[in-house]
Amino acid sequence: MITLGIDLGTQRIKTLVLKDGTIASKAQAFAGFDPAKAAKQTVNDALNTAGLTLPDINHITATGAAMDLAPHANSTISMMGADAKAGVFLIPQARTIIDIGAEEARAVKCDERGLMMEFVVNERCAAGAGAFIEAMARALEMKLEDMGPLSLQAERASSINASCVIFGESDVVSLIHRQESKPEIARAVFDAMADRVCSMVHRLGVNPEVVLVGGVAKDPGFVASLNRKLGLQVQIPPYPDYAGALGAALTAAMRAKGAAK
Amino acid sequence: MSTAKEFWRWHEYRHTMPNIAPVSDDIITAGVDVGSVGSKAAVMVNGQAYSWGITRTGSNSPESAKKALDLALKDTALSTRDLRYIVGTGYGRVNVPMANKAITEIACHARGANYIWGSSVRTVLDVGGQDIKAIKIDATGRVVSFLMNDKCAAGTGRGMEVFADLLQVPIEEIGAMSLKVEAEPEPVSCTCVAFAKTEAIGLLRKGWSKEKVLAAYTRAMAVRMANLINRVGLEPALVITGGQSKNVGIVSRIETLLGVKCLPTPNWRDGGLDPMVAGAFGAALLAKALYEKTQQI
Repeated sequence: MITLGIDLGTQRIKTLVLKDGTIASKAQAFAGFDPAKAAKQTVNDALNTAGLTLPDINHITATGAAMDLAPHANSTISMMGADAKAGVFLIPQARTIIDIGAEEARAVKCDERGLMMEFVVNERCAAGAGAFIEAMARALEMKLEDMGPLSLQAERASSINASCVIFGESDVVSLIHRQESKPEIARAVFDAMADRVCSMVHRLGVNPEVVLVGGVAKDPGFVASLNRKLGLQVQIPPYPDYAGALGAALTAAMRAKGAAK
Repeated sequence: MSTAKEFWRWHEYRHTMPNIAPVSDDIITAGVDVGSVGSKAAVMVNGQAYSWGITRTGSNSPESAKKALDLALKDTALSTRDLRYIVGTGYGRVNVPMANKAITEIACHARGANYIWGSSVRTVLDVGGQDIKAIKIDATGRVVSFLMNDKCAAGTGRGMEVFADLLQVPIEEIGAMSLKVEAEPEPVSCTCVAFAKTEAIGLLRKGWSKEKVLAAYTRAMAVRMANLINRVGLEPALVITGGQSKNVGIVSRIETLLGVKCLPTPNWRDGGLDPMVAGAFGAALLAKALYEKTQQI
């Protein structure tokens, strides 16, 4: 059984090939102005890496904000459904999945089968999503990937407005003017973001284990702040940015099996 | 960065009303409104606007408060020693060191709107740098009820500055520019300023003119403000205070959305009272009332 999952995020497109329950290959690209074209590219790349061609695939499932634009897709699944599937597949004890992408953050409560039970989502507002951290990195004139490690050097925490990217940016500029150190400002950024995510998760209720996925899960600065604010250690699977694509590929496998019966 | 033109930068200025000559018996008071973006100070003689100054708020609130008050007093016959009572207001009101008392900007804007436009005002929309407020007031300028959005930059002056910078249009021109479209485009789909910015860049790449992009953004912001007014309950006469009262693109769209005309925005260059200073005027009037109370035995 070979299936393929495509996650059409607002910033990046991720594609993953699943062969008999193991990950055969994966590929990603920037969505840019033509997400359909970028998605096609990732499908080709993933198939090439796995040494497969399109006719070898039993079923393709798409997810993500632009899932309707997915090429070759046989079906789609909601982002929350894909998160739940992938989370429990990767970490069987997972009951709460937090997924933070570029423009949206979600928390999903699921059962032991990886079925989504409840969810909360932060959308249409850049605060609480990866865009918040990106904007602050720009204000600090540093690379996004440098900000996390730097924030871990902070000895104390400053505070900034967490409710809005635009106001947060003004706050960061004021902290720069007050000559606060860059590690402390970076820590303030992650703390603010973690505060917001934390209040979102608390609306849902925290069921351990808590798993963090999405591109932001790769940032050690954010993870440290989130662990501190939640008062627990979130689990991070390998390649957390591919969780959506994995959930879609797992769904595709179930649907292909169902169709074969 | 340092050589780039700062399109968001609005003019700082000061003004003295003609034909008022303060004498020693006069009750001279001041209101200092330290907002998140602008600091405004107004000086009043017996409850009549005498002079004012508007400056950008810096990273230090007490300094910004002093700067605004110094600007209001500059080139006048008065000095800080002549001020009998000072009320501080605005976002940074607790950081106005010279103030005898701090009062919320809601109460000050209500009183200030009543002073500028008279007793017919019932609804005040105050669009500040970092929040928007819809305030219902009575004929004496007292607050009846209010609603506020202070969590989000959508519709605030700060959001407008971000757009002025993005489109490289001076902030004082974006209102008129947003009206130069043949037909009103659909508003931008997302009110979040960060996302609206991304959407606007996409629209520009698609070949939209700056005017059309501004119209789509301004429309979305006006819808937000109109919703806030509707939620508090619109009761004419409606007025707009704060920096955005000078944005004709916002004012005219709110009028269309609500189906009522706002009382016109006075122009200080023609001898009018600047609605951006409404909070400081209100504070100076409340200062006079508080001073008079201290004189009663």
